Amino acid sequence: MNLRASRIKSRANWMRRRLLAMIVEAGQGHPGGDLSATDIIAALYFDILRFDSAEPAAPGRDRFVMSKGHCTGALYTALAGAGFFPEADLDTYLKPESRLNGHPNRTYLPGVETNTGPLGHGLPVAVGIAVAGQIDRADYRVFVLTGDGELQEGSMWEAAMFAGHRGLGQLTVIVDRNRLQQGAATEDTNALEPLADKWRAFGWDVAEVDGHDPAALLTAFDTACRPRSKPLCIIANTQKGHGVSFMENQAGWHHGVPNAEQYAQAIAELEAEMVA
Amino acid sequence: MSAAAAPTGLFDCRDAYVRTVEQLAADDDRIVAVVNDSVGSSKLGKFRDRFPERLVNVGIAEQNMVGVGAGLANGGKIPFVSGASCFLSARALEQIKADCAYSHANVKLCGISSGVAYGELGATHHSIEDVAWLRAIDRLTVIVPADPWQTAEAIKAAAAHDGPVYIRISRMPVPELARTDATFRIGQAERLRAGTDIAIVANGTLVHHAVSAAQRLEADGISAQVINMATVSPIDTAMLAQAAATGAIVTAEEGLAHGGLGGAVAEYCATHSPVPMRMLGFPGFLPTGSTQWLMDRFGLNADGIFAAAHDLLKVKAR
Repeated sequence: MNLRASRIKSRANWMRRRLLAMIVEAGQGHPGGDLSATDIIAALYFDILRFDSAEPAAPGRDRFVMSKGHCTGALYTALAGAGFFPEADLDTYLKPESRLNGHPNRTYLPGVETNTGPLGHGLPVAVGIAVAGQIDRADYRVFVLTGDGELQEGSMWEAAMFAGHRGLGQLTVIVDRNRLQQGAATEDTNALEPLADKWRAFGWDVAEVDGHDPAALLTAFDTACRPRSKPLCIIANTQKGHGVSFMENQAGWHHGVPNAEQYAQAIAELEAEMVA
Repeated sequence: MSAAAAPTGLFDCRDAYVRTVEQLAADDDRIVAVVNDSVGSSKLGKFRDRFPERLVNVGIAEQNMVGVGAGLANGGKIPFVSGASCFLSARALEQIKADCAYSHANVKLCGISSGVAYGELGATHHSIEDVAWLRAIDRLTVIVPADPWQTAEAIKAAAAHDGPVYIRISRMPVPELARTDATFRIGQAERLRAGTDIAIVANGTLVHHAVSAAQRLEADGISAQVINMATVSPIDTAMLAQAAATGAIVTAEEGLAHGGLGGAVAEYCATHSPVPMRMLGFPGFLPTGSTQWLMDRFGLNADGIFAAAHDLLKVKAR
């Protein structure tokens, strides 16, 4: 594994351990989706995105929009790790008056671009940011992470259609394709396939990657950062609960809190991964 | 102080809206317009010709329109998101709440052809619920201008304001109101006429009718105060306190009789200064009829306000 990828692997491992600790401490959370998105978010914040955490509103910054706003465990650990706020704040997750709400809030948490939570909101906002950049011929890039179940929301396709129409080459959507939504498999609920064809039909370039392979993610993101005439959709094939054996591919861990024994096992597995 | 509707003519407030947005755009390249295939109905054709790159037409997709507006604000723009108010306020309600108000995005939402401007097209196209819905959203400024001058001032004030604003732009022709103090501030109501027996609190297309009704009440020996409550949220409570001091309030608006301006005034009065009230507006889904027919059918004119004031004064006298 090259240096960049091994750094992402290490940061993602830290994020996984840290977000599980937050969920245990808070007594609630969305560990399944957090863990499926962790490697994607780690690759973005610890390699790809250009930002200054001391100046989170700098006009030229790259933007990351968390359309799957419920996966705050992954987002908050990345923001803290990237220096947007003190790491110690992670201990306040979901506590009264905490800045770390169950869904991200830009009005009181640096680094958050737009308040999400209801699904189907992040992509339209990201498209608007990219249109602003297109008008200004700015060189910032816009990344948006969506859940796969979220693609059942009509507003996502309104935005996808418009991004294709405008040829928003600085826009990249990453689909966290873990194939599970809250209660069941996406394909058993309201099937998304053929998903790549759908994006292509809406005027996008499409790449598919292993969403837990840092090197593959970095390669896809490097492609995303080159000049393009179309928006890019990266379908990141992932596992809900990835990295913790008993959570992997279990819809039941969409919500949920590990008990003491499960938590100990999860941490042991994650520590073993770093030794390996 | 007495103010009368200028008899010089009637105006479509959309003209003042587009004229002002164009002026602002000429001086500030952050100003952009976002529309849902509504260039014509929003009268933005000239804006598009002057500033083609700054007219963003998302097509018939209101949720995306408001989300894109919030994104443009994130990118440093001042977007005027313009669409028929029935669709803008209803279809995109969650985007207005989450992307604009909760996110404190600097988006200016312009509801065109509001109220019953679409007359015979029916309740799907009437926008009589918008003020009730939108004033329930925290941190969203809601303005209902009464005439072309106030529409232009509201647009300028919205552009200068940091945060989301909904401006309800009327289509029904209205006169330019006569006024002695031509200043507009968000959240500051305008007293067009002093009076001590009763207060008429109106906004939008009902304000000039309120002035006419007050003139007729004066002929009956009744001193009626007229307040143009253009900003519904945040509402001018100091002015409401003075209105309540008359001991009777009639509200009038081109919208639902409950939940909008009347509801806002009633909330204030019930908790601070209870007075008998009459709330004039529409009762709900409306029968087929032209804009003018609907306004007259439901007493949203000078006659209706005059009659309601007389009726209310009987209650006050008890």
